[in-house]
Amino acid sequence: MSIKDVNQANFDEVVLRSTLPVLVDFNAEWCPPCQALHPILVELSDEADSFEIVSVDIDESPELAEQFDVSSIPCLVAFKDGAEFERMVGLKPKAKIIKMMEKA
Amino acid sequence: MFDIAIIGGGTAGLTAAIYGARAGKNVAVFESTAVGGQILNSSAIDNYPALPHISGLAFGQSLEKQARDLAVAFIFEEVSGIVGDFGDFRISTEDGEYHAKTLILACGTIPRKLGLANEARFEGRGVSYCATCDGAFFKGKTVAVYGGGDTALHEANYLADVATKVYVINRSSKLRANPQLITSAKQRDNIDFWLDAEIVDLLGESHLEELVLKDGRKLSVSALFVAIGRVPFGSRLIAGLDLDEHGFVCAKSDCKTKLKGVFVAGDLRTKELRQLVTASADGAVAATSAVDLLNLA
Repeated sequence: MSIKDVNQANFDEVVLRSTLPVLVDFNAEWCPPCQALHPILVELSDEADSFEIVSVDIDESPELAEQFDVSSIPCLVAFKDGAEFERMVGLKPKAKIIKMMEKA
Repeated sequence: MFDIAIIGGGTAGLTAAIYGARAGKNVAVFESTAVGGQILNSSAIDNYPALPHISGLAFGQSLEKQARDLAVAFIFEEVSGIVGDFGDFRISTEDGEYHAKTLILACGTIPRKLGLANEARFEGRGVSYCATCDGAFFKGKTVAVYGGGDTALHEANYLADVATKVYVINRSSKLRANPQLITSAKQRDNIDFWLDAEIVDLLGESHLEELVLKDGRKLSVSALFVAIGRVPFGSRLIAGLDLDEHGFVCAKSDCKTKLKGVFVAGDLRTKELRQLVTASADGAVAATSAVDLLNLA
């Protein structure tokens, strides 16, 4: 399964108004650790049913990166009920990402 | 029970896994993040024989595939400690305990931090340890690179294409980097060198705004790229190893540590040249030594 791409146009609807917690992966094509993280997130999105995972390409949506003060990628920002509750910067193992989402 | 447990899935660890598996051993690689190691951050590798210009990501993925095709087990958990002896090492992770007859430590290094009180607060908010990862966020801004080695100068040259202005700040008056890198940085009219300068504080509201130097000078920047070397990682996972004054695990080119059945490969080992090719070489040597020891037992 692939991860849904979100941008400025659908961010509010897909992330902020979601009934489930959402993990937003801020990434870019030119960022090697983002590419390395991608298959981990794809695997996780297949397994997890208590939250969703979406992707924001910061080159396509620089305003979202700015709005959420992302200046280091990969950056995983966890949202619940329309607000950020935690974030992690850099390549992280699957277990750590799950632990962060369990705090939702 | 694994024949060989390899801690760290970078170039050294994966090469060891390939050699161990090809020798018919049951091999596991423990990796806390993604397989590939430090080389994943390199946009292009220009000094590995026969693979000019390959990207770090392609290199890492190819190594991983080679190991997976040989049925190497990958355990994506962070190792918290190891006890035991040759024949039965017990490896603890957050999620469980694993057993292995021999161990190869290949955890590599992590970037050295500044050690300043505000550093953690600004990580991901202006303080970065990887210009190729984060440089693009600072298009048209003023940034600084801290350090005078190859990595620092590489980063300065890279950032000069993105940022309006790049300051290279170095504690000593002499830059240690390769002369070619220094020459190309000096030819850029948007790179300024501040030598004999030490950063003692970081200031800003929600984002890094200013660097404070030891002599009291302040410098307004949007980002600071820290490139002051790397420190060993994981050398204290098992007690009883000889470490040098920086914390690297002491072993000669045979990769044997003081403890029977424990080998060290790659950047974590005391050595002169830390490169991809020497990491591969260590992985091959360490795995072969582990296989020999297992076959004798």
